[in-house]
Order: sequence, then C-alpha cells, then structure tokens
Amino acid sequence: MTGEMTSLERVLTTLGHKEPDRVPLFLLVTMHGAKELGMGLQEYFSRGENVAEGQLRLRAKYGHDCLYGILYAALEVEAWGGEVIFRDDGPTNSGEPMIQDVEQIRSLEPPDVATSPVLARTLRAIEILKRDSRDVPIVGAVMSPFSLPVMQLGFEAYLDLVFERPDLFDRLMAVNEELCVAWANAQLAAGATAIGYFDPVSSTTVVTPQAYLETGFKVAQRTIARIKGPTATHFASGLCAGILDDLAQTGTAIVGVSGEEDLAALKRAVAGKLTLLGNLNGITMRRWSADQAEAEVKAAIAAGAPGGGFILADNHGEIPFQVPDDVLHAIAAATRRWGRYPLDWLDA
Amino acid sequence: MAADDRARSFERALLAMDRVGARDTLLVAAEGADTLAVAESVVAPALERIGDDWERGAVSLAQLYMAGRIAEQIVSEVLPQVRPADGERPLLAIAVLEDHHALGKRLVLSALRSSGHAVADYGHGVTVERLVQRCREDGPRVLLISTLMLPAALRVREVVDRLALPGPPPVVIVGGAPFRLDPELWREVGADAAGANSAEAIELVDRFMGGAR
Ligand code: B12
Repeated sequence: MTGEMTSLERVLTTLGHKEPDRVPLFLLVTMHGAKELGMGLQEYFSRGENVAEGQLRLRAKYGHDCLYGILYAALEVEAWGGEVIFRDDGPTNSGEPMIQDVEQIRSLEPPDVATSPVLARTLRAIEILKRDSRDVPIVGAVMSPFSLPVMQLGFEAYLDLVFERPDLFDRLMAVNEELCVAWANAQLAAGATAIGYFDPVSSTTVVTPQAYLETGFKVAQRTIARIKGPTATHFASGLCAGILDDLAQTGTAIVGVSGEEDLAALKRAVAGKLTLLGNLNGITMRRWSADQAEAEVKAAIAAGAPGGGFILADNHGEIPFQVPDDVLHAIAAATRRWGRYPLDWLDA
Repeated sequence: MAADDRARSFERALLAMDRVGARDTLLVAAEGADTLAVAESVVAPALERIGDDWERGAVSLAQLYMAGRIAEQIVSEVLPQVRPADGERPLLAIAVLEDHHALGKRLVLSALRSSGHAVADYGHGVTVERLVQRCREDGPRVLLISTLMLPAALRVREVVDRLALPGPPPVVIVGGAPFRLDPELWREVGADAAGANSAEAIELVDRFMGGAR
C-alpha cells in the first residue's frame, strides 16, 4: 500500500461505498476553537476569521478529516432579524420566536444572503478555510426549510400550522426554500465541499413516517435538487430508521444518525445507497475515560464501517463545548488505531 | 362501561381531536364517581398510550401535543376539584430552565394536570436566579425542571445547591433530552430523580407526593 490518503480521498472513497485507507473521522466541533484562541464564544463567533483559525488549529491538533464552517443553528433566524441569545458555556440559541402572528407569513420575504452580516461572517470563514487548506472537505450547513420554523414560530405554533393551516404552511416552505437554496449555494461558491442539511423535525422523533412523506420529504426533494453540491441530511440525533428508503429518494448522499438507533441495522438498511455519519453519544462523551472512548469508537466502527460508506462522528452534528480535549484526542487516536482498513480485528 | 373501555374511547376521541366526544366520555365517567380516580383511571392511561405510540413512531408529536392540550382543558372543566386554585400554594411547580423551547414541558404539564395534579407553571427561559426566587416565594414540595440544552441541564446543580438552604428544599425532578441521553446526569447535578417522558413524570410525582394532590 502506498502512503496515506488525503482526507478528501478518504472521504470520497467511503462515499463511493468502498473501503479507504482508514475510517474517516469528522470531529464536528463548532465551539472548541474559541478555547484554542482564548476567547469567549460570542467574540469567537463575531468574526469569520476567528472561526476559520479555530477550525484550522483544531484539525492540526486532532488530525480529523474535515473542516466545519458552521457557527450555530440559530443563524438563519438571526439573518431574518430574530432574537438570538449568546452564552459562554454553550451554543447560541434562538430566543422568542420572530413570527408572533402566523398571518405575518403572508408577507414574509427571505433575507438577502449577500448583505446579511451573520451569513457574511460564515462565508468569510469558509473562504479562508478554502484558501488555507488543501485536500480536506469543508462542510457547510443549512437548517432545512421544514425544521427552521420551530425557531421562527415556536414548536407549538408550528405544529398547529403544519396540521391546521396548509395554506400558510406552503407559503412558509416556499419562502424558507428560497433562503435555504440561496444560502447553501453561497456556501458552496465560497468553497464548501458539501452541505449539512439539518432536518430533525423530519425525524420520527417528531413526525410519523406517513406525515414525513407529505411534508419534510417533499420539501427536501425540492430543496436538495436545487443545491449545487452534495448534501448530508442530519437528524441531529432524532430517529430515522423508519424513513431511510424515502430519505434515499431525496437526493442526499449522507445521513447523520442517532446513538439511540442500532448502527449495524441502519448500515444494513442503507448499504450502497447512503453513507452513514455517526453515531457517538455527545452528551455522555463529556465523562468518557480514554478507555471508554476507545470502546465506543471500536463499537461504532464494528457496526458501521465494514465495506466503507461510513464516517465516524458524534450523533448530533455538534460536539458539546463541555467535552474535554483529552476525550477528543482519545477518539482520534482510537480511530487511527482501530479504523485502519481492512478491519482484520473484526474477524478475530 | 369499565374504566379501561372508557380510557380507550377517551383516547380515540383525543386522537381524532374530537373535544365533544372526549368531554362526554369523561362526564359520564365522572357521574357519582371520585373525580380524581377518574382522572387517574381514564385520562392518564389514555395519554400514556398516546405517548407510547409517539415513541414508537405511530402517532405524531402534533397529535400527542394536541391530545395533551384537549385533555388538560377538559379535565379542568369536568373535574373542577383538580383545577389549581388562584392564590393557593402549589404543591407542584414546573419550569424550563434557560431555554425558550418549551414543548417538552408543555407535554409534561398537560399530562400532570390531566391526571389531576395542580401544577404551577413558572414558564420558560427561566434563569437560575428567578427559579430559586419563585421556589422561595411559593415553597412547592416538588419542583420539575425541563431542559433542552446540556449547559442548562448542568446548571440544575446550581438550582439544587441554592435551594438547599434555608430548607426544607423541594424534591427536584428533572427531564429533557440531556437527561434522556445521559442516564447518569441527574445524579451528577444533584437532582432527586429524572423521568424520560410524561408518564414517568406522573409516576415520579406520585411517588414523591405519596398520593397527595
Ligand atoms: C428537533 C430538535 C431541534 C429542532 C427543534 C428544537 C426545539 N424543540 O426547539 C431545531 C432544529 C430547532 C433544533 C436546533 C438546535 N438544537 Co436540537 N434537537 C432536536 C431533537 C432532535 C428533538 C428535540 C425535541 O423537540 N423533541 C421532542 C420533545 C417533545 O421532546 P423533549 O423536549 O425531549 O421532551 C420529552 C422528554 O424529554 C420529557 N421531558 C421533557 N421535559 C421534562 C421535564 C421533566 C421533569 C420530566 C420528568 C420529563 C421531561 O417529556 C417529553 C415528552 O416525552 C433533539 C435530540 C433528541 N433526540 O431529543 C436535539 C437537541 C435537543 N438539540 C440540541 C442542540 C444543541 C441544538 C442547537 C443548540 C444546535 C446549535 N448548535 O445551534 C440548536 C438550538 C436551536 C434553538 N432552539 O435555538 C441538543 C441539546 C443537547 C446539547 N448538546 O446541548 C439535542 C439533545 C441533540 C443532541 N443529541 O445533542 N433542535
């Protein structure tokens, strides 16, 4: 075997459902870069330069296989002028819903991607990552048009809308789809390799598989068809085993799966069709010893990695800020040790 | 009709979002009966089954949410004894700590009220400071805390510590995604128990209240 693959080769090989040199690892760290730069989170997120520098340092430290150009999930809402709440011990959260009266949906217009400050900061981060890295996938992200309304309206009002106001629901989807497509394509143009399409409301944690077919599925099909690059659909640790066949019809290439589902069974269901991304439990990760990290990594590799089509990651698409560096080192080391193909140790 | 059959027809009415049918079922059941027993034997099992069905992916979150809302409303109409009285010291209180996303709490609150518990709702986006202050004012026997984000879940520790003195502190029951995903977290933050869903919230409340409403 000649030399090591680059991160990009490794990821492309696994996406082609073949075994690369070793299991690719995505450490989806959005906040740890702030610690590297000695900054609070609000300051860190205030400039794209910070985020890019944080990502580059984190990759140099852990040697994982992607750069992550995402700030936080409330970003589209912020672009719309909605309230966001910063905190220094965790992700930025959306505040009171920006739409207080559903009738506002009739006149709602998407924000302009080119002039929104928070979107510009994200694009800046991606541009720098593209300029200063080589052969590493740069992952951008969007909130799906179907999941975004939880933050736009609040969950209860949104559930009412989905099931009782089909006219306004359709109108909201149309507006959100415009933003989502423009935003995804702007990130691709800035240098992103692929787009994480976060869609937890489509998970069976929230809607039944039948309801999904009528709603989130159609939205995803329409939206993903217009995104000019590969997408990874992520359910943010919501459940998805019941909708995998339909999901494959949305045009997505990767699915981010939950630690609450059986990874081996998911793999059997999607082998050759979708690449799995997951599924380490980010919440318990905070307390893992090096030994436990190694055991968790081995278990995930054993269940998901044979034959390729697998990227090791956490199960939410974001590792909590509270997870210590030692644990991240242990995960990276265990992946290098146990993720080398062929996975001979599995037969032993 | 046996309580179990009534619970079934109440459940069917809730899933069909048939307020009138649900109300009639409960009115008939409440005739000459102990109202709390009706809440416990008809309403609670119906909601619990809908909750189970949601967890199996057979019922959508919207149906669970609507069922809870309708049940809560009907119970407070039909069984007036369980309506929380104005100005009365609540035995139970619930809040979402530091977050504006309150659906989990909504479900738990509806289920508790539907099963006959008077619960004070301290709202969402509540800070540690404010929660401690409310508890000092009201003195609930059981405090239920719902969280969505891990940092908020970790701050339950602060709530527990600050409520310890001057005592006696309330029993603290926690819930929400971080506690579901890390079954040891409740101990770490010093809570007395954690529940994975509304049915478990009711069980725990019954356990800690020893049957008191
Ligand atoms: C859907 C979802 C979203 C949606 C909607 C979220 C919302 N509710 O507002 C959207 C897309 C907006 C979203 C975004 C984000 N999310 Co999110 N999301 C989810 C997901 C998949 C389901 C949450 C949900 O609504 N479930 C349905 C409700 C009804 O369930 P529930 O709240 O858990 O309540 C039930 C039980 O827990 C229990 N319960 C609740 N409270 C109480 C209280 C007591 C006393 C008891 C006994 C029981 C109890 O009873 C309820 C009924 O069974 C979860 C993962 C998961 N599997 O849970 C992540 C999750 C909640 N998200 C998470 C995060 C971090 C985020 C973001 C901050 C990401 C980011 N960096 O930006 C953003 C923030 C968004 C915001 N609000 O501003 C994390 C939170 C933990 C953490 N890591 O800190 C989770 C747990 C994912 C994970 N595995 O890490 N998310």
